[in-house]
Amino acid sequence: MIANLSWIFFSTLLINNFTLAMFLGLCSFFGVTTKMDTGWRLGAANTFVLVMTAVAVWVLNTFVLTTAPYLRTIAFIVVIASLVQIVEMAIKKFLPVLFRELGIYLPLITTNCAILYLALTQTTRGYNLIEGIFYAIGGGLGLTLALTLMASIRERLDVADVPALAKRMGLVLIIASCMSMAFMGFAGMGSG
Amino acid sequence: MTGHQHGGGAPATPTPDAGSSTARLLFTLAFFGALGGGILAYTYQKTLGPIRKFAGEKVEVAVKEVLGAPATLDTLYLVGDKLSKTLPQGADVLEATKVFIGYNGKGEQIGVAVEEFTPGFSSEVHLMVGFNPATTALTGFKVLSQTETPGLGDKIEKDPSFMTRFVGKLANPLKGTKSATTDASTVQTITGATISSKAVIKVINKAVGTWKPRLDAYAKESGK
Amino acid sequence: MTAIPVETLEQAPEPIVPGAPPPQPLAMDFWRGIADDNPVMIQMLGLCPTMAISNQVSNGLGMGAATLFVLVFSSLMISSLRKVIPNEVRLATYILVICTFVTIADLIMQAYSPLLSRTLGPFVPLIVVNCIILGRAEAFAGKVGPMRALADAFGQGFGFTLALLIMCTIREVIGSGTFLGFHLFGPHYEPQLFFIMPPGGFLSMGLMFLTMGWWGERKKAKLAGASK
Repeated sequence: MIANLSWIFFSTLLINNFTLAMFLGLCSFFGVTTKMDTGWRLGAANTFVLVMTAVAVWVLNTFVLTTAPYLRTIAFIVVIASLVQIVEMAIKKFLPVLFRELGIYLPLITTNCAILYLALTQTTRGYNLIEGIFYAIGGGLGLTLALTLMASIRERLDVADVPALAKRMGLVLIIASCMSMAFMGFAGMGSG
Repeated sequence: MTGHQHGGGAPATPTPDAGSSTARLLFTLAFFGALGGGILAYTYQKTLGPIRKFAGEKVEVAVKEVLGAPATLDTLYLVGDKLSKTLPQGADVLEATKVFIGYNGKGEQIGVAVEEFTPGFSSEVHLMVGFNPATTALTGFKVLSQTETPGLGDKIEKDPSFMTRFVGKLANPLKGTKSATTDASTVQTITGATISSKAVIKVINKAVGTWKPRLDAYAKESGK
Repeated sequence: MTAIPVETLEQAPEPIVPGAPPPQPLAMDFWRGIADDNPVMIQMLGLCPTMAISNQVSNGLGMGAATLFVLVFSSLMISSLRKVIPNEVRLATYILVICTFVTIADLIMQAYSPLLSRTLGPFVPLIVVNCIILGRAEAFAGKVGPMRALADAFGQGFGFTLALLIMCTIREVIGSGTFLGFHLFGPHYEPQLFFIMPPGGFLSMGLMFLTMGWWGERKKAKLAGASK
C-alpha cells in the first residue's frame, strides 16, 4: 500500500512530470514564468485545484458516471470550471491578500490541460480515492517544481545578452528541453 | 494583418443581450447540455458495437498467440475470489475478469492465459500472459498496451525475439539478467530497455502469483 | 499581402457586433489561419498537443484531423446560434458545444481507428482545453456569420495541422529515420532517439521558433533598409 502510493507520488512528481515529460500546462509554463513568486504561487493554486479535482472525479466515477461513460469529458470540464470558480470566490472572501497576488492566475487554471489530464488518466488507471489524491499531489508539486525552476532561470535571463531572434520563445523552449533532459535522469528510479 | 484595428479593444458588454433574465441563461445552458447529451448518447450507441468488437477481437488474438494456437478454448470468470464457468446475471462479459484455458487437438490442457498489468517506467504495461498452471512454465506473452519510451522501452512490444526468450521459462519467480543465460527461471533483458524488460518480468510474476492459487483451487474443486 | 478588390468583400453587412473582426473576403479568413495568424507558430496556442504527440507523422495526421473536425463543427454551430446565446453564459455554452464534438471525435476514433486512438490516448479528449478552439469561438465564430466562421475554422484547422506535420516530420525523420513508417535511410542509419523523446519535442519546437525569429529579424532589417 505505502509502496504503491509512494510510487504513484514520485513517478508523477519526477519521472512523468506533467510539464517536462507529458507536455501539460505549457500555456502557463511559458506565459507566467517570468518571476519566481508568481511561478510558485501559480503552482500552489494548481496543486490545490488538482487535489480537489481528484476527489470530485472519484465521486463522479463511483456514483454518477457508471451508466454514462460517454458524458465523462463534459462532466469533468463542468466540475473543473465550477471548482475553479468556487476556489476563486472562497479565496476572494476569506484571504483577500492572497487573492490580490493570485487573482489573475486563478481563471487560467480551468484551461490548464494538466487538470483535465489528471481527471481522465485517474479514470483510465482506475485509481481509488487515496491513490487519486497522491497522484494529484505528485502532479501538482511537479508542476510547481517545473514552474519555479523555469522562473528562476528566466529571472537570470533578464540580465543576459540574448540575440534578438531568440527573444520571443526560442530560447525558453531550448531551456525547457534541457530541463526535460535533466528530469529524464530520474527514469528507472525505484524499479530496483 | 497588422493594418487592421480590432475595434480598439472596446468593452464587449453593451450587446443587445445585456441583462438577460436568469431563467433564459439557465434555459440556454440546460438546452445545450441536453442537446450535447442527446447527440452523445446517440453516437455512443452507434460506436459501441465496433469498439466492443475490436476489444473482443484484440483479446482473442492475444490469447491464441500466447497459447500457441489452441484447438479449443474455455473461459472461466472471476466471481468474488473464485473461478466460475458462468457469470452472475446482468454482468458484462467484456468488463469481467477472465481466464482462458487452451486445449490441444487431443483435449489436453496446453496452458492458461490471463491479463495482468503493473506500473512501468513511464506508465503501465498491460500484458496477456500464457503459462502452465501446474509447472509455471511460460507459453508466451503479448503486450496489450504500453506507453513506454518510443524506440527504447517499446522494444518489449516491437522486438519479436524478446518474447521468444520467455517461452518455457519457469515463473517461480522469474528473474532478469543483463547477460545471456540458460537458467530455467532467468531471462535476458533488452539492452537499453532494462527497466521496461523488468516491468514485463514483474507483470508475469504478478500474473502467475495471483492466478496459480485460484486455478489450483478451481481444479481441486472441479476434480472432486 | 496583395490588394483585394472591394467588390469581393462580404455583401449584406450584418449589424456590427462590438469587437467583431472587420469584414474580409472568405479567402482571407481561410488563408489567415494558415500563414499570417497561424495558431501555433504565430499565436503560440495549442503548444501542448503540438509537442506531446508529434513524435510520429501518423499521430500528427490523426490529431490534426480530430482538431479540424471539432473546430469546424463547433464554429459552425456557435456561429449559427450566436444570436440566441446570451452574452453572460457564452463561454459556458461554447465549452458545452466543444465538449460534445470532442467526445464524438473520440468515440469515432475509438471505433474506427482503435490503434491511433490507443497511441493518442488522453490527448484526444484533451482537445477540449486546446485554447485554439475556445479562442476562435470567442474571437471569431461567436461574432460572424456561418460562412466566415467555416472559412476561419478550416484555415485555423489546416494551419494547426500544418504546424503539427512540420514538427512530426522533423522528429520522426531524425528520431526514427522513417516517414509515416517507411524507412528513409537504409539499415546503417542510427536513429537519434533523443528527438522522439520529450526533450526532443521541446528542442524541435525551440528550433522552429528560432527559425521564425531569424526570418522575422531578416524581414525587419530588409524593411529598414528599404525605407532608408
